[in-house]
Amino acid sequence: MIRIERRAPMSREAAAGLRLAGVAGALLAGAAFLSATGHDPGQAYLDMLRGAVGSPYAAQQTAVKAIPLALTGLGVALAFHAGLWNIGAEGQLAMGAFLASWAALGLSWPAWALLPAMGLLGLVGGGLWALLPAVPRALWGTNEIITTLLLNYVALLWVDYLVFGPWADPSAFSFPYSRPFPDAARLPLLPGTQVHAGALFVVAIAAALGFVLRRTAWGYEIRVTGHSPRAAAYAGMPVRANVLLVMVLSGAVAGLAGMGEVSGVIGRIQQGISPGYGYSAIIIAWLARLSPWGTVGVAVLFAALINGGFALQTSGVPAAIASMLQALVLFSVLVGDFFVSHRVAVRRGRAAALPAQEAAAEP
Amino acid sequence: MRMGWRRGMLWALAALVAVSLAAPGAARGAAGPKVAFIYVGPVGDAGWTFQWDQARRYLAQHVPGVQTSYVESVPETADVARVENDFIAKGFSVIFATAFGYQNFTIDVARRHPNVTFVGIGPAIKLAPNVSTVYGKLWEGRYLTGIVAGKMTRANVIGFVAAHPITTVVAGVNAFALGVRSVNPSAKVKVVWTGTWYDPPKEKQAAQSLLDAGADVIAQHQDTPSALLAAAEAGKWGIGSESNMQRFAPKAYLTGTTWTWGPLVEKIVKASETHAWASQDYYGNLRDGVVGLGPLNPAVPAAVRAQVAEKKRAIESGRLEIFTGPLRDQTGKVRVPAGHTMSLKEILTFDWLVEGVEGKSPK
Repeated sequence: MIRIERRAPMSREAAAGLRLAGVAGALLAGAAFLSATGHDPGQAYLDMLRGAVGSPYAAQQTAVKAIPLALTGLGVALAFHAGLWNIGAEGQLAMGAFLASWAALGLSWPAWALLPAMGLLGLVGGGLWALLPAVPRALWGTNEIITTLLLNYVALLWVDYLVFGPWADPSAFSFPYSRPFPDAARLPLLPGTQVHAGALFVVAIAAALGFVLRRTAWGYEIRVTGHSPRAAAYAGMPVRANVLLVMVLSGAVAGLAGMGEVSGVIGRIQQGISPGYGYSAIIIAWLARLSPWGTVGVAVLFAALINGGFALQTSGVPAAIASMLQALVLFSVLVGDFFVSHRVAVRRGRAAALPAQEAAAEP
Repeated sequence: MRMGWRRGMLWALAALVAVSLAAPGAARGAAGPKVAFIYVGPVGDAGWTFQWDQARRYLAQHVPGVQTSYVESVPETADVARVENDFIAKGFSVIFATAFGYQNFTIDVARRHPNVTFVGIGPAIKLAPNVSTVYGKLWEGRYLTGIVAGKMTRANVIGFVAAHPITTVVAGVNAFALGVRSVNPSAKVKVVWTGTWYDPPKEKQAAQSLLDAGADVIAQHQDTPSALLAAAEAGKWGIGSESNMQRFAPKAYLTGTTWTWGPLVEKIVKASETHAWASQDYYGNLRDGVVGLGPLNPAVPAAVRAQVAEKKRAIESGRLEIFTGPLRDQTGKVRVPAGHTMSLKEILTFDWLVEGVEGKSPK
């Protein structure tokens, strides 16, 4: 009789070792698959590593790629702490990018005024977009999974409308791009690097989130609300107000990611500013178990996998296999994580009549 | 103990980075040029990207010693710059970045690598001494397929499943309609826009709506044969695009436009070796074979075949210019006066549909 049960807590070292073993297992399975399909696994992995961290350029590009993943990840992690399923980071990112772009294209201010304004508008754009589903959630308990998800499509179509229509670059043959931003609207690079200043947003927000959640009374309220809204209400906590506030802050951080992308990376607003960062954010936040610095770390791992995946293709591995390897690594991290807190128990000599009930009793 | 573990991890990471740096980045040996291709979609079995990969294969067969590589499914964002830099680090000297949206990012990479030849997809937004763009006068082929459609329709209603409302697609719809009406003035062309290049269900649905509206020939401008398949299932005619789509529906496939980049790619690669390829915004056409026609359905009568062949010769020799006035728009207003032939620049800024097209104009 085989069952899966919770296990006694492991030491940190053992837990880390187990997770690493999971990754190693994934790489071995991937190597077997690569060999079977006629590729050289050693070369493929070297290419992947080279593309992710193999040169100062590659490592910095991985950092750049990690910025939107980390910001959206931090945004949804905050919401998840409060038990709010914000699936809408993708749309909140787009609306942040939209408002920031409005300033970039419309205001001819100097950089010292324009960039803070764009950052603020990015926060406002994402925050307001998250407020839309937050209000019905707070007042009538409307399921925010559905509303935040559906609002993503609305936000993306709105950006499409702008870049195909009123904001279309007249020199771009009606392809979906706005005019390029003026230099004053471009986030500067951190001195001596190729990483734009959006990296500072990540550090600031991760630090702030860690502090607020662990060290403030409000952070405690959020976590209690996340575990049991009824208990929170019983304790006299302002649950509705907190729902609104958490959703707005969560969306604002995602909106800032949008501002960072259009201002720091792309230099204009266009169709497809995000290849799904807002959805990856959900996986990232959960892999990091909602820890702010953990989210940043997992975002870097994600970025390395994405950039490494492109490099992998240059050694002749098709994109589909590259995505499969990425998924394999993520899956193994999850499995490793699962076995940190669970184990497979094999018992002998039990009657065969019971397992159905036992399985049903399993949480 | 804990510090020890962390230090061990750091060493392991450092070792990995060192190994990947030492890895043979640019495997020298073959004497020929190294030519890279960057694709916006997966290669698949038909469509724009598939045709570009055919060109890559053609190049590998026709230029001795050439080394080719590709990366597929690269979004039209800053990712393309990373992929280009990766190819350059591996010693590639010619890079074909085969999507219009790569242009803005390619131009920045090209500035830092003056010895690498870049070829993007036109119409050109901006050129540089080492940056060219290529595209084709697809409308020449569309006109000929319009003649076939105009002759084969019985209902005098022809459907066009259009892609994105960009000028090059609009020019194709207009040329198609002019071809139809040059042989069948009472036929009309109904157009619907899918806003997609690759979305089989949506494109099939769009084709279905045109079939329901009475169309008995369905033309298209997407990478998938979905519209053609919808026509085939309804027992009507279909007209392909991008690739020879005959094998997907041999009975329904009347003909279609095709892209053939191989000989042009060979020419560019050979010329770039001696720095003889001058930067330009190049347009292929029926004459140089970049734009072509798929095989004609056996059901197309000999008289129609002769007519198509005759018009093809007329276009190739310059005797027939498709966009020559008088041309009226959907409201009947004369937009191009008699005797005037639209310039390339005018064609590339098309934002209206010609008389005989029913459906929403992109503006």
